[in-house]
Amino acid sequence: MVRLMNEEDMRRALLRLSHQVLEKGVEVADLIIIGIQRRGVPLAKRMSKIIEELKGKKPGTGILDITLYRDDLTQIAYQPVVRSTHIPFSIDNKRVVLIDDVLYTGRTVRAAIDVLIDFGRPQKIELAVLIDRGHRELPIRADYVGKNVPTSSEEMVEVKVKEIDGRDEVLLLKKSEVDI
Amino acid sequence: MNFNRKDLLGIESLSREEILFILETAKSFREVIDRPIKKVPTLRGKTVVNLFFESSTRTRMSFELAEKRLSADILNFSVSTSSSTKGETLLDTARNILAMKVDCFVLRHSTPGTPHLLAKELPVSIINAGDGAHEHPTQALLDLYTIREKKGKIEGLKIVIVGDISHSRVARSNIWGMCKLGAKVRVCGPPTLIPPLIEKMGVEVFYSLEDALTGADIVMMLRIQKERQNEGFLPSNSEYIDFFSLNEEKLNLAQPDVLVMHPGPVNRGVELPARIADGEKSIILDQVTNGVAVRMAVLYILLAKK
Amino acid sequence: MPEGLLIKGGRVLDPASNLDEICDVFIKEGKVRKIARNINLSYSELIDASDKIVIPGLIDMHVHLREPGREDEETIESGSRAAARGGFTTVCCMPNTDPPIDDPSLVKFIYEQAKNKGAVEILPIATISRRREGKELSPMGRLKKAGAVAFSDDGSWVTNSALMRRALEYVKMLNLPIISHCEDESLSAEGVMNEGYFSTVNGLAGIPREAEEVAIFRDLALAKMTDSSLHLAHVSTANSVRLIRKAKNMGIKVTAEVTPHHLAISDEGVTDFNTNTKVNPPFRGKEDIELLKESLRDNTIDVIATDHAPHTVEEKEKDYEEAPFGIIGLETALSLVLKEVVEKKILSLMQAIAKLTVNPARILGIDRGEIREGVKANITIFDPGKSWLVREEEFLSQSSNSPFLGWKLPGKVEWTIIGGKVVYRSEK
Repeated sequence: MVRLMNEEDMRRALLRLSHQVLEKGVEVADLIIIGIQRRGVPLAKRMSKIIEELKGKKPGTGILDITLYRDDLTQIAYQPVVRSTHIPFSIDNKRVVLIDDVLYTGRTVRAAIDVLIDFGRPQKIELAVLIDRGHRELPIRADYVGKNVPTSSEEMVEVKVKEIDGRDEVLLLKKSEVDI
Repeated sequence: MNFNRKDLLGIESLSREEILFILETAKSFREVIDRPIKKVPTLRGKTVVNLFFESSTRTRMSFELAEKRLSADILNFSVSTSSSTKGETLLDTARNILAMKVDCFVLRHSTPGTPHLLAKELPVSIINAGDGAHEHPTQALLDLYTIREKKGKIEGLKIVIVGDISHSRVARSNIWGMCKLGAKVRVCGPPTLIPPLIEKMGVEVFYSLEDALTGADIVMMLRIQKERQNEGFLPSNSEYIDFFSLNEEKLNLAQPDVLVMHPGPVNRGVELPARIADGEKSIILDQVTNGVAVRMAVLYILLAKK
Repeated sequence: MPEGLLIKGGRVLDPASNLDEICDVFIKEGKVRKIARNINLSYSELIDASDKIVIPGLIDMHVHLREPGREDEETIESGSRAAARGGFTTVCCMPNTDPPIDDPSLVKFIYEQAKNKGAVEILPIATISRRREGKELSPMGRLKKAGAVAFSDDGSWVTNSALMRRALEYVKMLNLPIISHCEDESLSAEGVMNEGYFSTVNGLAGIPREAEEVAIFRDLALAKMTDSSLHLAHVSTANSVRLIRKAKNMGIKVTAEVTPHHLAISDEGVTDFNTNTKVNPPFRGKEDIELLKESLRDNTIDVIATDHAPHTVEEKEKDYEEAPFGIIGLETALSLVLKEVVEKKILSLMQAIAKLTVNPARILGIDRGEIREGVKANITIFDPGKSWLVREEEFLSQSSNSPFLGWKLPGKVEWTIIGGKVVYRSEK
C-alpha cells in the first residue's frame, strides 16, 4: 500500500483544479459544478466553495448518481444502491464541470454525460478528476487532472474524503488489500 | 442490504429492512419523475408483461408508466375473468407468453394465490398487482411511502383503515406493512365486513367510526362496492354512508394535522364527500404520484441485476 | 388355487379377538385355516413375515372411484390398485359418479367392473335420493337387492329435512346405514378453506365450522326421532365431536368416521395456496385436531376412512377458488394413522387397526375385518420399521393430488392378500 496523496496534497490539487476551471474565463453565473456519487460529491462542494472564495460568487452545485444509467448492470451480482441525484436548476446553455474522484475505464463518466443530457442541453460539459489512473475503455478524457497515476489492473486507487471516510488521503493498493 | 427475492408477492413475508429498502430506493425514482425528461435507461431491453385478469385502469396505468420510464418494453394482456372457461388456464397463458422470452409478469387476478402459483412454476420475476382479497403489496408500499413523506415516520402513528376490510387486499397489505414499521393500526367497519380474528394481525377493531377516528393521525378510506348489499353483508348503501362515511365533523375528532388517504378510485359522496377528497387534508393525489415512483423502485430492485 | 399359503413368524394383530402374538397364519382355498405358533403344514407358498405386522385387510368405507363418468381422474381398476398398495382389501365406493349410482343396473355395473378389473373387493354405496338431487327417495330396497351396502348423497347434504327423515325411517327395514355428508351449503357458500385467522390472512372465503355442526345436529335429531342407523362421514370439528359424544350417550344409533388427513394437517398448513390442501371439509384448527384424536380414544369416532378423492393435474393446477375440493388418500392412510395416532400414543396399534378393520366391517354388516379361522383370508402385512418418501411417480392411483408429496411416512405395506391371493407386493 502506497499513499499517493495526503491531506495537504489533496487541498493543493483541488485548489489548482479550481483555478484551472476558472482560467477558461467563464462567468460564474454560467458555471455549474456537478459531483458524481459518491466521492465526487464532497469534492464538488469543496470546489464550489473555493470558487466562491476566489470570485465572491458561488457556482450552481449539483450531485448526480449514475446507477440507473450504468452499462454493466447485468454484470453486477449485488444490488447497487441508488443514491440521490439533485440538480435543482436548469443546465441549458451552461458550462457544466463534472467532478469525480478517480477516472478509470471512463464508463462512469459516459453514464454521467447521459444523465446530464436527460436533464437538459448544456453548452459544454467538462470533466475534472482528482486522479487519472489510465486504462480507458471508452474515448473519454479529463479536462482537469489532479494527478496522473499509471496503474496496473491488479491495483486499486482509493480516495478517502473527510466527509465520508473521516480523513483525506489517496491510496494505491493491491486488489488483495482492498476492503470492500 | 441484499434484496434476494425473485418476486414481490406480498408484504406479509417482507422484513422491516426490506420494506425500508424499497421505500428508500423509491425516493430516487420520485426525483426522476420530477425531471423534464422522465426516463432512465435502467431496464432497457427488458420486457415486462402486465397480465391483468381483473379490470383496473389505475394500477395498470401506474405500472405502465413505471415500466416505460425505466425504458422497459411492455406487453399488456387484459383478460376478462372468463378466459379460463376458454380452456387456457392462467399457467398456460403465462407459459405461452414466457416462451416469447419476457423478463417479468405483473399479475392482477381476482383469486388469492395466483401470483404464488406463477412464482412457483416460472423462473421469471412475478409482481403481485392484487390477488383477490389477499394482498396488493405495491399499493401498501406507496401508502407507506406517502405517509413517511408527509409525517416523517410511521412508528407510533395512529392509522385508521375504514371500510370493507373483509374483501380488501389494500387493508391486509397495509396492516402488515404498518405493523412491521411500528404504527398503531385500527380497522373500522360494520361487523359483517370485518374478517374473523383480524385482531391477531395486530390491529384494534372498531365498529364506531367516531371512536376509531379519535386522535388519529391518518385515515385511510376504502371503497365500498355495491355488490355487498346484494350479497347480504349490508342492508343498504345509504345506511353504510350514515355510519361509515367521512365528514368534517367526524374528521375533527382526529388529530388537527390528520391526513386522509384512499387507494382510489373514490366513490365521491359514498366514502368521502368531494370536499374532503379534494381538501387540504387529502393526500390522495400524492399517493397516485408516489405510486409510479414506488413501482419503479420495485421493478428496479427485482429486475436490474443478474 | 394354491395348495396353501403360509405366513410365517409375523406379529399377528386381530382387534376383533384381541389377538396380538407372534405366530403363523395358514391359508387354504381362500380362507384362514389355522392361526398358531410353528404351524407344520405343507404349503405351496411361503411369506416370511418376521419383523412384520400381520393384520386383517383394511377396509375403507369412503372412497371415490370416479367410474362411471370421470375415468380421467380414476377408474375402478386404478383406484383398486391404489387401495391394494395402501393395504386395503375392501373399499366402499361413493355414488356421486356420472351418472350417480341411483339405479340397480348401476350397482350391478360396479360389481361387474370390480369383478373383471378390480384388484380388491369393491362394495357400492348407492344414493339416498334420485339423481342425488335431494328431492325423492331412490329405490333403496332394489338397490340393496342389487348389492348396495349403504346409502349416501355424499358430496351434498340432504337439505330437505323431511326427506332425510323418510330415508332414515325407510332403511330400518333394510338394515343398512345412511351415511351423511354434513354441510349446510348456505353457510359454507363460497368458502374454500376453514374460516378463521388463516382464511383472513389469505383473503380467502371461509367455511365456518358451524356449516358442519348445524347439519350434524339436525341429522342426530332425526336419527333419534327415527331410531335409525346414521353414519357421519368425514367429521372435522371439535364441536361435531362433542355433539356425537352426547348423542351416543343418549343412545342414538350413530357412528362416525374421520379421515387420516384431518388428523395430520391444520388450516395453518394451507400455505402458498397449494390446491392439494383444498379439501371439503377443510383442514381445521389445531384444537379441532386435538379433539378428533381424543375422540378416537373413547370411540366417539369409530372409523378411519380416507375419502379418497382423485382429481387430474389440470384441474388442481387451477387457482385456489376454481380448483375442485379433494385429495387422494388410499396409499398414505395406514402410514398417516401410524404417524399421527400410534406414534403420538393416542391409540395403541391394536386400537388404531380396529378403526380400519373390524369397526367399519361391523357398521357395514360384512364378514370381514378379522383374522379368524374359517373367515375369508383378506390380510395385509406391513413393515413398521420401514419409512418411505411419498413420491408422485409411485402412486398407483391415476391422480396424484396429495398434500403429502415429499413427506417421509412410517410403515410400509408389503403384501396385500385377498382370499389367499397376493394382490399387491411392494418392490424391494
